[in-house]
Amino acid sequence: MTKPPNIIIDQNGFQRTIARLAHEVLENNKGAETIAVVGIRTRGEYLSRRLVEKISEIERRKVEIGFLDITLYRDDLRGKLEQPILKGTRIDFNVTNKNIILVDDVLYTGRTIRAALDELMDLGRPATIQLLVLVDRGHRELPIKADFVGKNVPTSEGQEVRVHMTEVDGEDAVLVVDVA
Amino acid sequence: MGLKSRHLLGLEGVPREDLELFLDTTASFREILDRPIKKVPTLQGKTIVNLFFENSTRTRISFEMAERRLSADIVNFTASASSVSKGETLKDTAKNIEAMKIDMVVMRHSAVGAPHFLTRCLNANIINAGDGTHEHPTQALLDMYTIREKFGRIKGLHICIVGDISHSRVALSNIYGLKTMGARVSVCGPATLIPRDVEKLGVEVYHHIGDIIKEVDILNVLRIQLERQAGASFPSLREYQKYFGISRERLEKAGRPITIMHPGPINRGVELSADVADGEQSVILQQVLNGVAVRMAVLYLLGTKN
Repeated sequence: MTKPPNIIIDQNGFQRTIARLAHEVLENNKGAETIAVVGIRTRGEYLSRRLVEKISEIERRKVEIGFLDITLYRDDLRGKLEQPILKGTRIDFNVTNKNIILVDDVLYTGRTIRAALDELMDLGRPATIQLLVLVDRGHRELPIKADFVGKNVPTSEGQEVRVHMTEVDGEDAVLVVDVA
Repeated sequence: MGLKSRHLLGLEGVPREDLELFLDTTASFREILDRPIKKVPTLQGKTIVNLFFENSTRTRISFEMAERRLSADIVNFTASASSVSKGETLKDTAKNIEAMKIDMVVMRHSAVGAPHFLTRCLNANIINAGDGTHEHPTQALLDMYTIREKFGRIKGLHICIVGDISHSRVALSNIYGLKTMGARVSVCGPATLIPRDVEKLGVEVYHHIGDIIKEVDILNVLRIQLERQAGASFPSLREYQKYFGISRERLEKAGRPITIMHPGPINRGVELSADVADGEQSVILQQVLNGVAVRMAVLYLLGTKN
């Protein structure tokens, strides 16, 4: 019998975590004037939209938002069984001199973030790049650290952290499941 | 999931999902061409040989740009300056190059089926950049992408290919691709330059632009080759231009704007008048830029395929 998934963050917890992260970002950057948010596709895109919604609500101003598809910068394209489908990068503003809040759902080995950093630097010269993740599950393989973390969730390699978002999965939740 | 074949030899028999994958992927690469750093590391470490047995500047440069923008390593081979002049066979040429551990081959050759032949002697991915009068799949893909970019779709549009259909690999690949995507396709040209039985491919045949002008959305105008005139397929360039040249007066008879495409190079004043070539309905320059993006997409999809 398989163990039922462990719910780390439930629907309500999700909203509160996003609210707290939004306040942390604003505190760190002294407001929303100099920031722009970039979400890493696919789930980072939805998360970044939620974050921007919350920040705009708090500060009563619009914040620029863009989306990064890091597929072309991955370090594991050879040897993949399935051909990754490109969703495309869409950043309609200049990243140069901005404080970029890079958003992803789960921080694990750090390789996705490494790819995102390389791509962002090809687009311009940000003033800073600050990493915001909903979950940090440990097991870093590269020296990458998040500036804003929703929740630290220690996991083993036989586990998977699943982030559900209403836009895609019908509910907001973060689950840890055993896959080994 | 993913492409049916690890080569791109033509658009004949390529399923609709594969064509859509090529076109959808192209959009991502088109975005890169607008960046300050127009390069991605995706094919780093891959070696691509441009095996051009026929002269070509624009297609070769387009492929070269696509390869460089993907960070691949390139080897250029042009027939005139090579061992081919010493009588080396195609198979030997290819095997010798492959012995140097190359990953992909982009080939243009005057013999129909040459790239298909290569797939049987090499392990590399083979991309057909034009085999004789047979196919030129990347040109058709970029034409289709340009159409989809402008109209938002391909299905249901009416495209008429004008000119020397019988010697045009651009025409044939376009016919295959457009029909698969559900477009209405017609060809128009002098009877001497339209292959018999071309209707069997599902295209309508016309010999007067006037007969079709009111019903087309897009004209894809082919270059009339001066050498054909010497072969007596038509009496003179002037006569060709008089009956088939696309000019403003001809277009006005349609009563609505018609998009103008051309694979290049243009014979200004022959198949296209200068003002039409440079007019607002012409997407010829977009075709060129889209060509690099399409080729990047093809190289990426084939190069990362297992």
